[in-house]
Amino acid sequence: MKFGVVIFPGSNCDHDALYALESNLGQEAVPIWHQSEDLQGCDAVVLPGGFSYGDYLRAGAIAHFSPVMKAVKRFADSDGLVIGICNGFQALTEAHLLPGALVRNANLHFVCKTVHLAAGTKDSPFTSHCPSTPLAIPVAHGEGRYHADAATLDELERADRIAFRYCDAEGKLTEAANPNGSARHIAGVLSEGRNVLGMMPHPERAADPVMGSTDGRCIFESMIGALSLAS
Amino acid sequence: MQALVHVTLKKTVLDPQGRAITAALNNLGHAGVAGVRQGKFFEIELADGVDPAAARDQVERIAREVLANPVIEEFTVDLQP
Repeated sequence: MKFGVVIFPGSNCDHDALYALESNLGQEAVPIWHQSEDLQGCDAVVLPGGFSYGDYLRAGAIAHFSPVMKAVKRFADSDGLVIGICNGFQALTEAHLLPGALVRNANLHFVCKTVHLAAGTKDSPFTSHCPSTPLAIPVAHGEGRYHADAATLDELERADRIAFRYCDAEGKLTEAANPNGSARHIAGVLSEGRNVLGMMPHPERAADPVMGSTDGRCIFESMIGALSLAS
Repeated sequence: MQALVHVTLKKTVLDPQGRAITAALNNLGHAGVAGVRQGKFFEIELADGVDPAAARDQVERIAREVLANPVIEEFTVDLQP
């Protein structure tokens, strides 16, 4: 499969994503510059982590107005698979491709550590290959507290659109396991069409054995599986 | 003409920065400070001769679509001659 990794000025996990997809998962992966509206025939798009446009105004806000995001919106609207990781998640909420917003961590800390995630649903092209046991995947963010109004949160739960929740190593949703104060422990959400995922943790940093965990691979393997079925 | 736009977090959104500032002010001896909420302030210079009513509409649109994220923030627009 061919993955496109978008590069905004200030992206800094773009090469991690390209490396994970090429070297760890054996896929074709190409960079896509933010000024391009050409997705180069990719089967899936990755919005990587970083500080696009210096996080000016709000994290992900300026990225929303870049030429490439017009193409990403069209791609998502035609059921293309889009995964936004960390700053990519922030950009997807700013672009209204996902509900809610990511705001300053409740504890004000920039949290950079491995956390545990429980897959909230198996019914998505990003989580179908995830195990039912918790995934060990790192987070690295200062503005990752998921916020949405109660009606939106209820709808996300009702429609089974919460992809990942922060949990402890045993899978329990404890306060201590929630690194940023996210509403209802939400670490990742799906779009209504289930073809867009945003998540604060970094699966691309947990794809190579040398990084200490390969638990992030199942998310990309789910995508590859879904794309193989579709082709 | 100038447009002054204030953007603040909605009251329903926790503002940990404001809370930290409140604690710092209390620690400095400002016991009368019960709470601080942090926001953003924009000064927008408008071209000479723009129609005030049209300018207000335009700035409100800018605030709604760009300067504020309506999911978490609210804003006020003040036009100055």
